[in-house]
Amino acid sequence: MFFKPVILWTDALVYLLVAIVIALVWYVRRNEHFAAPWRRVGRSASGMAALTVLAFFVIIGLLDTVHLRPAVENKSGGSGETAYSVEVLSLLDLIATPLRTRVEKTYSSPFAAYLYARETVELPNGGQAREFPRLEFGGAHLQDPETQLVRDVAWRAVAGAGLGLFLWCMVVAFLAATLAHRSGEPFLSALSRIRHDDTAVSWRAVCLMLAVTLLLCGAALALCGSYHILGTDKVGQDVFYQALKSIRTGLVIGTLTTLMMLPFALLLGITAGYFRGWVDDVIQYLYTTLSSIPSVLLIAAAVLMMQVYMDTHPELFDTVVARADLRLLFLCIILGVTSWTGLCRLLRGETLRLRELEYIQAAHAFGVSHWRIISRHILPNVMHIVLIATVMDFSGLVLAEAVLSYVGVGVDPSMISFGTMINAARMEMAREPMVWWALFAAFSFMFALVLSANLFADAVQNAFDPRVRLSTKAKTSLRGKRQGEPETKPVSASAGDRLSP
Amino acid sequence: MLNYIIRRLLYAIPILIGVNLITFTLFFVVNTPDDMARMQLGIKRVTPEAIDKWKQERGYDKPLMFNQAENGVAKFTRTVFFEKSIAMFAFRFGRADDGRDIAHEIKTRMFPSLAIALPVFLLGLGVYLVFALTMVFFRATYVDFWGVVLCVALMSISSLFYIIGGQFLISKLWHLVPISGYGQGLDIGKFLVLPVMIGVISGAGANTRWYRTIFLEEMGKDYVRTARAKGLPERIVLFRHVLRNALIPILTGAVVVIPLLFLGSLIAESFFGIPGLGSYTIDAIHSQDFAVVRAMVFLGSLLYIVGLIMTDISYTLVDPRVRLE
Amino acid sequence: MSYVLEINDLETILHAEEAPVRAVDGLTLNIMKGETFALLGESGCGKSMAALSVMRLLPEAGEIMAGSVKLGNEDLLLLPEAAMRGIRGKRISMIFQEPMLSLNPVMTVAEQIGEVLQWHFRLHGAAAQERIRAILNQVGIPEAARRMNEYPFQFSGGMKQRMMIAMALAGEPELLIADEPTTALDVTIQAQVLNLMRDLQQRDGMAILLITHDLGVAAQMAHRVGIMYAGEMVETATREAFFRGPAHPYSRKLLASLPGRESRHKGLRLAAISGNVPSLSREFAGCRFADRCDHAFKLCHEAAPGWAVVAGEHHVRCHLFDPDLLRRSGERGSGDEESQQTVRKPGRADESGAGIELKRERRTISSPPLLSVTDLKVYFAIHKGLIKNVVGHVKAVDGVSLEIRQGKTLALVGESGCGKTTVGKGILQLVSPSAGSVRYNGLELVGLERKRLRKMRAEFQLIFQDPYSSLNPRMRIVDIIEEGMNALNVGVGGDTGEYRAEQQPEVSTRRRVDALLESVGLPAETKWRYPHEFSGGQRQRIAIARALAVNPKLIVCDEPTSALDVSVQAQILNLLRELQNSLGLAYLFITHNISVVEYLADEVAVMYLGRIVERGTVDEVLTTPRHPYTQALLSAVPVIEPESTRHIIHLHGDLPSPVNPPSGCHFHPRCPRVMPVCHETYPATSAFSSTHTAHCYLYPQEPDSRRF
Repeated sequence: MFFKPVILWTDALVYLLVAIVIALVWYVRRNEHFAAPWRRVGRSASGMAALTVLAFFVIIGLLDTVHLRPAVENKSGGSGETAYSVEVLSLLDLIATPLRTRVEKTYSSPFAAYLYARETVELPNGGQAREFPRLEFGGAHLQDPETQLVRDVAWRAVAGAGLGLFLWCMVVAFLAATLAHRSGEPFLSALSRIRHDDTAVSWRAVCLMLAVTLLLCGAALALCGSYHILGTDKVGQDVFYQALKSIRTGLVIGTLTTLMMLPFALLLGITAGYFRGWVDDVIQYLYTTLSSIPSVLLIAAAVLMMQVYMDTHPELFDTVVARADLRLLFLCIILGVTSWTGLCRLLRGETLRLRELEYIQAAHAFGVSHWRIISRHILPNVMHIVLIATVMDFSGLVLAEAVLSYVGVGVDPSMISFGTMINAARMEMAREPMVWWALFAAFSFMFALVLSANLFADAVQNAFDPRVRLSTKAKTSLRGKRQGEPETKPVSASAGDRLSP
Repeated sequence: MLNYIIRRLLYAIPILIGVNLITFTLFFVVNTPDDMARMQLGIKRVTPEAIDKWKQERGYDKPLMFNQAENGVAKFTRTVFFEKSIAMFAFRFGRADDGRDIAHEIKTRMFPSLAIALPVFLLGLGVYLVFALTMVFFRATYVDFWGVVLCVALMSISSLFYIIGGQFLISKLWHLVPISGYGQGLDIGKFLVLPVMIGVISGAGANTRWYRTIFLEEMGKDYVRTARAKGLPERIVLFRHVLRNALIPILTGAVVVIPLLFLGSLIAESFFGIPGLGSYTIDAIHSQDFAVVRAMVFLGSLLYIVGLIMTDISYTLVDPRVRLE
Repeated sequence: MSYVLEINDLETILHAEEAPVRAVDGLTLNIMKGETFALLGESGCGKSMAALSVMRLLPEAGEIMAGSVKLGNEDLLLLPEAAMRGIRGKRISMIFQEPMLSLNPVMTVAEQIGEVLQWHFRLHGAAAQERIRAILNQVGIPEAARRMNEYPFQFSGGMKQRMMIAMALAGEPELLIADEPTTALDVTIQAQVLNLMRDLQQRDGMAILLITHDLGVAAQMAHRVGIMYAGEMVETATREAFFRGPAHPYSRKLLASLPGRESRHKGLRLAAISGNVPSLSREFAGCRFADRCDHAFKLCHEAAPGWAVVAGEHHVRCHLFDPDLLRRSGERGSGDEESQQTVRKPGRADESGAGIELKRERRTISSPPLLSVTDLKVYFAIHKGLIKNVVGHVKAVDGVSLEIRQGKTLALVGESGCGKTTVGKGILQLVSPSAGSVRYNGLELVGLERKRLRKMRAEFQLIFQDPYSSLNPRMRIVDIIEEGMNALNVGVGGDTGEYRAEQQPEVSTRRRVDALLESVGLPAETKWRYPHEFSGGQRQRIAIARALAVNPKLIVCDEPTSALDVSVQAQILNLLRELQNSLGLAYLFITHNISVVEYLADEVAVMYLGRIVERGTVDEVLTTPRHPYTQALLSAVPVIEPESTRHIIHLHGDLPSPVNPPSGCHFHPRCPRVMPVCHETYPATSAFSSTHTAHCYLYPQEPDSRRF
């Protein structure tokens, strides 16, 4: 064995989430009434373009989720037993080993061949001078960076982008071939249908977005081997690597929090709305109390207490990574506890409305048990609210992580996240000359992630929420109005309470 | 009406007790005072004497819920729960780790917080309404389309970047106003411009889009068709009929946050060095001053409940259909 | 002859994702001064879109493609939007279907009417106030000076519709467009509003374009009528000519599908129109009605018919009346046999549809009742005050007694808010009664423990009003129908004893679902589909199949046809009657529609404010109503007989609140024959025959019967 797999707590939950998503996809494909709104999502160009970008983030996040401990050379020798490194690495770490290990002395700007700070160096003639020394790794292959750097960077970028373009052509060709095979038409006509956006799913948007992303990825991959494309930070670590690592943290917070709170919100919200009476009173009291504490303060208080607990019980965690991971999980739980109230309130309201509907009355008239009424009649009819709340909450949670980490109640300082990146870099803006690239990296990665999440959430909401579909008639009227199905009555669904620090 | 307010105030009591229990559990049950002392004094090389001294200084040396050593009512009153949690109902928050009286600090720091939060709130409400109305007036045109795109883009930027970017551009690059700080008298203005501006901008995306949705929803209602059937021009339909109805959810939604304005904004205050309650809280979190955090949690909940009651009252003012019994 | 409004070849489409919907396709009509033109048609035929096109107030997806709309000499479609605004609300006013939603909830009535005065007449201040008061007086708002500064929510539905009319009148329009003005109102209120509209028209001489689906309303209000079907007009005539002899096969079917006493006495099925209204997004080659028409022949499917003259101003768009065709078919003699046969028919409509004689043997009354309800009360508590103590009750049902026999139909009639639906739910134990007893086959249901009640539930089922919310949109038809069978373990029809046998239940349950669907007239394959794929009438059939799945003896039908079009209503009523005959079902039929009662019921109970005021057999109650409320209710129903000389008894005011019912007889504040004694105590029973009773002081009271 060359490695020993390690499954951290959040890894396990991410695997569970992936399993749930796969099960849902399977279920949706078999159920027309769930598939229909998803087809509407597929028709939305902005939604599909956003999904394409999200897919890249998810792939990186999943690569960063598979943790293992690589085997190390057994220095004591001879025992035949493989020893494993104490360091827990992810697949992404292994792939990005060059990025991870090529650490400079301190700051260096993007594509630099020299350090960002002067150092006293020994001159060959014995004298000393203050100058910018060459970087150990960035641009180290160049003889004379002054003249060669620009051309080298350009050449590599073009080569990488070309590779990306080639890959893109392959993907588009494969897509067109698949479409052609499915509909039994010639390849070229399928290609032209994609070009004219005449397909059931808005493949044109996907292809365009894919082109942009693949070109950027190709260029970045080609360059990052020999340069620090986003510079290095104070301790000389590659900023590009940090940005990549931050993605998983953001994704985990955005998704696991919802996974944590869903059972509570569903159970309590539906129970309160369905049974009413004292059950409703108790649940309402519970969520009014919880939501009356300003969420940042509640999170801060809870995280502080968790910190104390972890500090006073250090024996519970075997590695630094496990400790940071558990802290991340607790953060998700705490965020979940503070954010279930909004969804719970929505579900309660919708259940109150549903239970008066005639098909539920009919079920009562058949003497159908409460449990069956809830599971067969109410649950499927509130799922769209749950879905909308989930996708709407995601981007808010990613943003919240940054703020919380800044406040000091976010993820473990040893864990790379957008928040810790910003927190470390914000003082650097005041330096002369200014160090801007760390903030720039955090900003652009976060913006891409949150923007695509927002656009995708929009598409999902438009497709699933009958009320929104009615109210955006004006927007879509240029293309024409879709006749809403008669059974869709407006429901009061808005995004769950955002965390607004 | 009065009857209703009294009932709402009475209903607030169990909620505040609930908040109190939650904070008590968080601060004293999850971790015992001993744990906290050990943590504050350093995990290693801490003597029991030092822990006792730490607890005594802060009044954590009593039993949590029930004091065996005392007699009568004192069995309950001379406990951590009574002295630290119940006392908050009388606004006795105790002393911070630096020995200052928390209640006094809150009183003095409230106003700088308000000096930023109130203009942000009022200006924001106006600006977002104007933007949303513009978009609705030009609905189904490119103004509306690009407006929505801009809103989504603005929503996708973390508030931290607004602050950092604003400080960099306005203060460092253009030297228009000081980067941070707080002054006295009229001088205050130049310190407030930037934080207020950034506060308004960072909320622009989400709020404008939300208001637009509310407006559009109202536009689809039957009474709007009636108004048009009367021959009223679109401008009057929008401003007289739609706006009045749409303002009900918008205003009442805004009222709930008014009391919370006293708490200020956590990050803006600390970035701009404003001595308000927000930066007070952040400092307390950084230095792990639990007494202050506890006081702020209680105060926040109290203000939120006041906000809820104000919301109900404001409904009766703006919506003729609502009459509180 | 000068017309107020001339519409020529109006074409309006609604842009939809798949294909544009041609909502109005070549509409032509004229309205004279002082005339009421009724545009009749079923839902989705484009009549509202036509009205909105005239106002140029189409939804954003709508677009007028062609045609002209002339008001006087001006073509409205050519006017710039600014000029059009000067016409709306001044020269043409419009009132809408839902008065509850059509008024701005946060503006006072005076403000909303004042807007029209201010905008069109530059009338402000005291002058405007004076005018508003005058208009409100005109439309019959009591205490107008005080109430004009109240908000719409402070008025009842009928009053709100009066407000809408007042607002429309404020512009002193030449033309009033009324889009289903009384559909949302109760029948006694409807009579008030229609009366008001007629009075105003007579005084001001304005033209009215009345859009309605209700043949009765049209018969009462219109001077001329136009029938719309699938986006186009198929027949226009004067009211008298139309109701005396409708020409188009669709119109004839529509009239024949109205339920009523005649069709019941003849024992006939109602002439239901098979199928559904075609989708307007498709292209039509021939006549749009051809697929549903009994008289259709080859040409009908190939060429769209043009206008043909029946007599004078009576025009019809049907090949059967094409003079060329008639001549040709006469000449050719042995030409197209089918067409010839049909063409000869047109004069006499065969109104019976299938014309099947349904046997309704009268059982002896003495058989024991299947269900007997005694003094049923359902109160809902009102909580108020500091600790939410109960301060009062909504007396939704306040002492109702009734009996239903096996295989019979009892109709429970009343206006909205009288508690009739709650009676149904109380009987089925879906709400728990506050007092009284409900005995099914002698077994007391009130207070029965949940488990035993569950076993009983197969015996009585219910069918709802709204076909859209009565089926779970997330379940397939097969699951919907099987739900009750599974819950009550009655899935397997004949072989009841063996339902535990391996693998058998599954198969036999499926077979039973198929049989059920076929018995309600749906193909068995439909069981794999979802509710949204069905039309309103089909959904109601599925709901009936679901109720039948557990072999009930009693079905509570809560307004099962009030959300359906007339022609579909006939299908459902026929089905209900067939099922009653073949399965021996008893119905408690809850409705506000008197004509349905006449057609279907054996006995009638009239409800007012939580109590039954009169009951008896259908003939007794409907021919010799005794209670003043019953009399008013019956007189308010619009009838079609052209030379009707009946006198409408107008009731004043609205239904009082069931929280504080009036003292004495609940009806006394609105009763035209009120006496001092009516204020004091609730009247006891007066019996007119062994079956006919009422509660009214006009008749001798039975001393010992204090039962309600």
